Amino acid sequence: MRINCPHCGPRDSAEYTYYGDASRVRPSLTDTGVEHWHAYVHERNNVKGPMQEFWHHLHGCRQWLVVTRNTATHEIGAVRFAKSPVSDTAGA
Amino acid sequence: MTQYSALAVLRNALSGNTGWTRAWRDPEPKPAYDVVIIGSGHGVATAYYLAKEHGIRNIAVLDKGWLGGGNIGRNTTIIRSNYMLDGNTQFYEWSMKLWEGLSHEINFNTMVSHRGLYNLAHTPGQWDQMARRGNIMRLNGIDAELFTLPELKRRVRYLDYSPTARFPIYGALHQPRAGTVRHDAVAWGYARAADKLGVDIIQNCEVTGFLRDTAGRVTGVSTTRGDIGAGKVGMAVAGNSSLLADKVGLKLPIESHVLQAFVSEPIKPLVDHVITFGAGHFYVSQSDKGGLVFGGDLDGYNSYAQRGNLPTVEHVVTEGKTLIPQIARVKLVRSWGGIMDMSMDGSPIICKSPIDGLYLNAGWCYGGFKATPASGWCFAWTIAKDVPHEFNAKFTLDRFRRGVPIDEKGQGPVPGWH
Ligand SMILES: Cc1cc2nc3c(=O)[nH]c(=O)nc-3n(C[C@H](O)[C@H](O)[C@H](O)COP(=O)(O)OP(=O)(O)OC[C@H]3O[C@@H](n4cnc5c(N)ncnc54)[C@H](O)[C@@H]3O)c2cc1C
Ligand SMILES: [Zn+2]
Repeated sequence: MRINCPHCGPRDSAEYTYYGDASRVRPSLTDTGVEHWHAYVHERNNVKGPMQEFWHHLHGCRQWLVVTRNTATHEIGAVRFAKSPVSDTAGA
Repeated sequence: MTQYSALAVLRNALSGNTGWTRAWRDPEPKPAYDVVIIGSGHGVATAYYLAKEHGIRNIAVLDKGWLGGGNIGRNTTIIRSNYMLDGNTQFYEWSMKLWEGLSHEINFNTMVSHRGLYNLAHTPGQWDQMARRGNIMRLNGIDAELFTLPELKRRVRYLDYSPTARFPIYGALHQPRAGTVRHDAVAWGYARAADKLGVDIIQNCEVTGFLRDTAGRVTGVSTTRGDIGAGKVGMAVAGNSSLLADKVGLKLPIESHVLQAFVSEPIKPLVDHVITFGAGHFYVSQSDKGGLVFGGDLDGYNSYAQRGNLPTVEHVVTEGKTLIPQIARVKLVRSWGGIMDMSMDGSPIICKSPIDGLYLNAGWCYGGFKATPASGWCFAWTIAKDVPHEFNAKFTLDRFRRGVPIDEKGQGPVPGWH
């Protein structure tokens, strides 16, 4: 797999580390309910098909990226900086 | 159906091997069964024990592909019971005991080989940890021996013991009864034995949804070969558990990941045990045909693709070469991948699901082949009696919510451990 880093260009996936599903939202730290935290820490959508994921360009620019990748085919689609505003995700 | 024996082999040798009959039937699905099991890995073992131990004979095992086409026929065939935490320890030892008598019990040579497994330690810390694990195993009546370097060198001669090795070897924890089993034979043997007891094995039959009554109880499955009613439904579809559970609105603490395995060209006998490298993650044994069978880490990203990528191939092969330098010149002939149900604590789930009529067998990570007999045995018990056996009582789905995971590695909720 090659990931097209918006900063460095297309690079081998071996340069990156993986942090999984980017759609998970951490509950507020003031939320002390077990259910939300259980869902966040343990449960996964485990999507088959296009999925938004965090990849870290560790051996490159060290930026965190959100990569859309198809888990059924390993095909890589849109890539953006994780720090970019949410509106950038439109259509990704 | 022919009873397999030395005499039968001889008789067929003389009659041109024309006397063999098919090993199991290929029936059309019936409209309904007492129990429907989805998945023909642990599923065929489950069906066999339901029929044999609990007298339930009206059973179907459904698989979307062919029998043994899942992980049961894709793994590196290692069996062991060198676990440390309560729950795992007793369960995997029960599996080891079932392996010990399996070939005779099901009249199928599954080639169970107790060739022993050496877990290598590379640091004093790892050595201490192994001593602890070995002691826990022995306290549970499981065989374990700790070997210092001189003793290990005497027993296993071909590892890189040189002082310049990148990860010098310190010693090893040995489980003599651990070993390997012929994986396909396990699927075929259980299928044949279950079929003999009346179980219908139905291949090319994908489950696409569940039938529910007004109270929400699961009353059957819809499949690519029509609806099939069931008193109880058990799912054992490691790799695809989340997708099927989603059809009844269940979210699981599981991610699907790809694990690769490799076979080298056949060479003369070299590796006569199972060896695991402790400085990275690499395990190797040698098949009876002479190929080195080995594997290592997951590729490390979610996948349903049943094939991995080259960086992992390079990583695993490098580990092998670090440990056994002489294999550098051996050619790799095949590699393949399987999709693993990676649970959040590295331990499995065998329990009633929160939905009436549906039973769960999932979360096998990448060590679930050795569990096949005990998994089937415990799952059958749970389905037949509606309560878990003590061997699987801790493998509940709600252990994560309740904060009592079974985390052998002590590394927290990460879907990467077995
Ligand atoms: C490369 C590799 C090496 C491994 N090495 C080892 C090892 O050395 N030792 C060890 O103990 N374990 C090992 N494992 C792990 C072990 O193989 C698995 O944990 C175990 O086989 C899982 O058993 P199962 O019966 O749940 O899954 P499977 O054997 O995969 O069976 C599940 C079945 O469900 C079917 N299915 C899925 N969805 C549906 C549907 N909707 N309808 C109908 N059928 C469906 C599939 O076709 C499949 O046949 C390895 C795995 C891999 C991939
Ligand atoms: Zn970059």
